[in-house]
Amino acid sequence: MSGERADTLAPPGSGRDAGRALLEVRDLRVRFSRGGRRVHAVNGLSYRLNAGEILAIIGESGSGKSVSARTLMGLLPPSAQVSGSARFEGTELLGMPEREMRGWRGAEIAMVFQDPARSLNPTMRIGAQITEAIRAHSDMSRKQAAARAVELLKLVHLPAAERRFYEYPHQLSGGMRQRVVIAIALAGEPRLLIADEATTALDVTTQAQIMELLLELQQRLGMAIILISHDLGLAASYAKNVVVMYAGRAVEYASAEELFAHVRMPYTQALLGAIPLLEREPHALLPVIPGQPPDPAALPAGCPFRPRCAAATDACLEPPPFEEHEPGHWWACWHPAKDPAEDPARDPGEPGGAHARPVKDGVQG
Amino acid sequence: MIMTREAGGPLLDVRDVVQEFAVRGPGGVKGAKVHAVSNVSFEMRAGETLGVVGETGSGKSTLARSVIQAPRPKSGVVSFLGTDLMTLGRRALTEARRHMQMVYQDPFGSLNPRWRITELVEEPLRGYGVRSATQRRARVAELLDLVGLDPSVYGGRRPHELSGGQCQRVAIARAIALNPALIVCDEAVASLDVLIQAQVLNLFERLRTELGLSYLFISHDLALVKQVSDRVAVMHLGRLVEVGPAGELYRRPLHPYTSALLDSIPGLDPVTGRVRRPSPPAGEPPSPINPPSGCRFRTRCPLARERCAQESPELREPFPGHQVACHFPLASASEDHEKRLT
Ligand SMILES: Nc1ncnc2c1ncn2[C@@H]1O[C@H](COP(=O)(O)OP(=O)(O)OP(=O)(O)O)[C@@H](O)[C@H]1O
Ligand SMILES: Nc1ncnc2c1ncn2[C@@H]1O[C@H](COP(=O)(O)OP(=O)(O)OP(=O)(O)O)[C@@H](O)[C@H]1O
Ligand code: SF4
Ligand SMILES: [Mg+2]
Ligand SMILES: [Mg+2]
Repeated sequence: MSGERADTLAPPGSGRDAGRALLEVRDLRVRFSRGGRRVHAVNGLSYRLNAGEILAIIGESGSGKSVSARTLMGLLPPSAQVSGSARFEGTELLGMPEREMRGWRGAEIAMVFQDPARSLNPTMRIGAQITEAIRAHSDMSRKQAAARAVELLKLVHLPAAERRFYEYPHQLSGGMRQRVVIAIALAGEPRLLIADEATTALDVTTQAQIMELLLELQQRLGMAIILISHDLGLAASYAKNVVVMYAGRAVEYASAEELFAHVRMPYTQALLGAIPLLEREPHALLPVIPGQPPDPAALPAGCPFRPRCAAATDACLEPPPFEEHEPGHWWACWHPAKDPAEDPARDPGEPGGAHARPVKDGVQG
Repeated sequence: MIMTREAGGPLLDVRDVVQEFAVRGPGGVKGAKVHAVSNVSFEMRAGETLGVVGETGSGKSTLARSVIQAPRPKSGVVSFLGTDLMTLGRRALTEARRHMQMVYQDPFGSLNPRWRITELVEEPLRGYGVRSATQRRARVAELLDLVGLDPSVYGGRRPHELSGGQCQRVAIARAIALNPALIVCDEAVASLDVLIQAQVLNLFERLRTELGLSYLFISHDLALVKQVSDRVAVMHLGRLVEVGPAGELYRRPLHPYTSALLDSIPGLDPVTGRVRRPSPPAGEPPSPINPPSGCRFRTRCPLARERCAQESPELREPFPGHQVACHFPLASASEDHEKRLT
């Protein structure tokens, strides 16, 4: 694959005004062997995350978001073959022996998943679960740890923390459970929190409350966050930088403002165009693209988006390198959309063009 | 029973529908009741799409099931094409149901995994007595074409050989097989990825214009509901708190709860790249077993006053076609939202 060249150079996020790198992922590849079929779940993913920053990883179902995150935590099944590099403050995480990894998990990197019910033990009071997590990462006495647990429950704004301490998970609402899961994740005072669709199952009001909480924790504790989501609005609202994944690779990377103001990669454009927006009038047809994401066991040659891309040409049979084409803006595409700022007169309906522009609506103030 | 679509009245007229479930209350106390749907009334005209939004547990699915009488609600009137379904016996109800179909969230779960796609789409035709096999086969091909699945490619497959979006198309083909007047969609696109979801939403739009379908479209996603709806109803803890024309309701919400929902949506405007940072309401939603007295939103409402605890606000119509159940609706504070959306 010739697209690897650029990926092994400095990953996106490095550069002139880059801060202190907390995590550097380079050319990460994860493959599963399943009944003689090779599933290419992650195919050369690179990114960099600075201490205390929020990075969003967005992409459709099956694009490799969760697998790439679990790789960092050493949480893949034995059938996974992993290559590339993932350095956390210079220490290589890939290939780290499980015993050593256990010391990192929770203490340096913690993860919060979509379904809070599955992350909690239904038969144990929540106070005991947090206390146990705290004691796993420190040599506090039971009493000290219990006091700290109540502190953590207050930190995540669980209402009536002292009383809830003695309740079981089923006595809490979904939003409260996710707060408890976050409190447990904070027990080891991690420097990186990976939130994998952590608010997807929640109501919009509860989702916004939990996101506000994560933002507050990031600011108060200086903790970095990887926000894994398929929700572009969420990424735009909370992340500093955004990685867009398609078929196991990064296809676009930029700061949130830059990315959404100047989308270049046709896949990102298609994603943006397809979300129902409050700004559109009812019954507006959505700009759609045909087809479905490729089967990770049979990826097409060249650009993985080629079979669905309106701008594709024969050039796209070669994999486009993922490179920094403009300062701070990376993409992998042979025919990127023009910067709308340079070419304001362009027809939004043009193929491969501004899929991302919504149908102009009539909502005026 | 004769059902005609040309009848002058509304397609669907729902009056004071109540549905409750007996459950164990806090601490396992027996005899508690979930007030899932409380005195809900609304109307739908033929060809119209009514969106229903609300948080989890607000009673959207229970309302949908009450409309199709599965199960029959505790009390109220559900008049469909001029007939009150609440009074019908089993056989008459089965006959009436052919004019109202349901599409659910889980595209795989609603299809028998052992059947071929053609068999799945043929089933409702058999069930309602399309006798000739040739006619049925022709209709199946027509239906698959209509939902954008090539019968010669997909007809022989089984559900697990299709993607989620394709399965949902099969479910839609089944739903429209008997030319229903109303399709009830309960989170029908919630499990699909955005690009596939957009394809299915456009399909709903096309079928609406081509076949004159009406949808009762339920979703917790406000932007999604706006996309497809003529009018939108907002549910909160079993009650309808606001109903109005889609554009107007989002531009000028009258109920503080609608406004709180809108303020919670993270988003961006791809034209300007401008970001909308949510400002959600504080606190937890109250329990449907023991809802607050008076207005059920008052414990989280920034505008609540004494009257809100004493009197339950009735649905009234301060603007033509725009109803709200609130003692202190937001009519004057509306400019904020208008600004935000432009
Ligand atoms: N243990 C496994 N064995 C084989 N294939 C796997 C395994 N885990 C994941 N995969 C495959 O790897 C690909 C990437 O999966 P991943 O869970 O990372 O996607 P995702 O982007 O997180 O999607 P979603 O949004 O649905 O969570 C998928 O095709 C998935 O089926
Ligand atoms: N069969 C039942 N027995 C007891 N309680 C029920 C039953 N069905 C629904 N409920 C309760 O009724 C209330 C309304 O539920 P419903 O499923 O209608 O909400 P919803 O708005 O569809 O929520 P969601 O967005 O989660 O689908 C909830 O409190 C629910 O727990
Ligand atoms: S133009 Fe070519 S390289 Fe760019 S996204 Fe489309 S297929 Fe891929
Ligand atoms: Mg995932
Ligand atoms: Mg429901």
